Amino acid sequence: MNDMTKPLLSVRGLTLDIPMSNGTLHAVRALDFDLHRGETLCIVGESGSGKSLTSLAVIGLLEKNIRRNATQMNFDGTDLLTASKKQMRALRGNRIAMIFQEPMTSLNPAYTIGDQLIEALRLHKNVSREKARNRAIELLEKVGITAAASRLGQYPHQLSGGLRQRVVIAMALMCEPELIIADEPTTALDVTIQAQILSLLVDLTREMDVAMILITHDLGVVARVADKVGVMYAGELVESGPAADVFGKPLHPYTRGLLRCIPQPGKTERGAALGTIPGIVPSLIGDVKGCAFRTRCPHAVEACRDAIPERGEPPHKFLCVHPDGARAAEGEPA
Amino acid sequence: MSTPVLELRNVVKTYRVKQGLFGKPKPLKAVNDVSITLQKGEVLGLVGESGCGKSTLAKILLGLEATTEGSVLVDGEEIGEQNRLALARRIQPIFQDPYSSLNPRKTIADIVSLPLRVHNIGDAKSREKSLRETLELVGLPSRVLNTYPSQMSGGQRQRVAIARALIMHPEIVICDEPTSALDVSVQSQILNLLNDLRAEFGLTYLFISHDLAVVEHLATRVAVMYLGRIVEEADVADLFEAPRHPYSRALLNSVLTPDPSQGVPDTQLGAAYPNPIDPPSGCHFHPRCPFAQDHCKTTAPRPVPRKGGHVECHLHDPEGPMYRPDFTV
Repeated sequence: MNDMTKPLLSVRGLTLDIPMSNGTLHAVRALDFDLHRGETLCIVGESGSGKSLTSLAVIGLLEKNIRRNATQMNFDGTDLLTASKKQMRALRGNRIAMIFQEPMTSLNPAYTIGDQLIEALRLHKNVSREKARNRAIELLEKVGITAAASRLGQYPHQLSGGLRQRVVIAMALMCEPELIIADEPTTALDVTIQAQILSLLVDLTREMDVAMILITHDLGVVARVADKVGVMYAGELVESGPAADVFGKPLHPYTRGLLRCIPQPGKTERGAALGTIPGIVPSLIGDVKGCAFRTRCPHAVEACRDAIPERGEPPHKFLCVHPDGARAAEGEPA
Repeated sequence: MSTPVLELRNVVKTYRVKQGLFGKPKPLKAVNDVSITLQKGEVLGLVGESGCGKSTLAKILLGLEATTEGSVLVDGEEIGEQNRLALARRIQPIFQDPYSSLNPRKTIADIVSLPLRVHNIGDAKSREKSLRETLELVGLPSRVLNTYPSQMSGGQRQRVAIARALIMHPEIVICDEPTSALDVSVQSQILNLLNDLRAEFGLTYLFISHDLAVVEHLATRVAVMYLGRIVEEADVADLFEAPRHPYSRALLNSVLTPDPSQGVPDTQLGAAYPNPIDPPSGCHFHPRCPFAQDHCKTTAPRPVPRKGGHVECHLHDPEGPMYRPDFTV
């Protein structure tokens, strides 16, 4: 939280290019962000905005054909751009843990929960099987699984979706990570279970001072969980800042558009027409210039075709030709 | 009141599930004594966790599953007595995933006009006319007629699915999570479209969704399902403003509105969803209910009237021992 301390993760100018048969797809363009210990950054965006690729770029799990460039990508003193495969393997699952959307794909169906939890720890740390087993039981209890010791002998298919995701979280915590990257961790779960898993993640990251990057398309999840928010559109971070600022005073027209699209109990009139964002995401193949949102933006002007200045008062920043992000044009207080 | 367009009377659907290789099959009541009436133009939002029987109910209404007991009436006529074709003219589905519900080898024109051919309605010329009219209705340009689903975006595909459902001029549309697979900006377009079509044609929807904010927005009535039973049903305003059943309250609490001043809510639903083969005794909800007492473990609650509908909870039964008229959750 303290801006005076050095960030745990610092990314500058992250660019991801994918060569296609008909040109280069500029999937992520000039992304900057910092993450401090204990902080939760939520990256929100629609499908194809590059949010998942960004997280994979950080942990070095991109497909081989994707070209990654950046001016800086630093994790607690380790330069992730020049780190060897071996160094990256030593970081992943150890100091940087991952939680993916579908727990069944992160768990091996042929091994017991216990085997997988114990292996996660012994792969990185020189501890006895027994110690690892105790840690596994301790963490299963911590994530709210009852009769933890007897669960160790069970296989993933014997657990419900919510329990599986709890096991995945326990596994991510085995090596006491400093950073957790969670990509849509609750999308496959029921709303009631979603609330439980999210509050578990929030409590655990606070308690253990773990930083988290949470990737989601759900603005409700972002608002409730994030310290910092990054809104991605077509490969760019169009707006970023503290959660209260981004939701309280959304500056980019896309952020406001998204917020109008979702029915908000108490605010939206029942049955009234919801806001829409007309048009579709532009192709990112070939030369991508100017604001990618201009084809769908009600405030687009000629200047949107040129380079877009970064505006706002740090830490709340946005990319737009309009100094107020066209808030006045929409009748919003400046 | 006029004859309801759709009525379910004490519908029960029991599956027989084998336990292990040599185990004896056990009954699983996916839908347990459900009664619903829907008037023309209403939207019934059906909410509940996965495995509660929502989709089984939708399948029964579409004639894809037979009921074990009870009856389903459309315009006062029992659907068991009608043939599948006659039923399909009146009830049409829109499914969740527009990627798997459209045949990738057929053009949009083929997909949308197939119901007309199956039901032998009109000649080639009139089919072409209603095809173009329907596409216009759902906001698709006629140039998509000869394209394939793979050439379309998710939102466009869902519009195709809606066109296919509407070309038969059905009375009832079963929407099973119609926007869950879509991005928010596309979701709002589809929700607006569904709302406009309902107003224009007086359609009746059964709207199944896990997104309660969406249900609150679109539905006129809401039914909360738990382990095969409708534990609370009421008009949308009554249910969302004053949920009576503790489970309804927990569901409503779990809605994450985009309000950064609030944290993640505590649903107080400690235990996991029970195994439907072996449902808890008494009130099925008692193991997860923060208000459960011994009476709940032994006796199943009966449906009692509430403002705008009914609720099954001992706390609201004036003749039961746990009645608390002041209880609002």
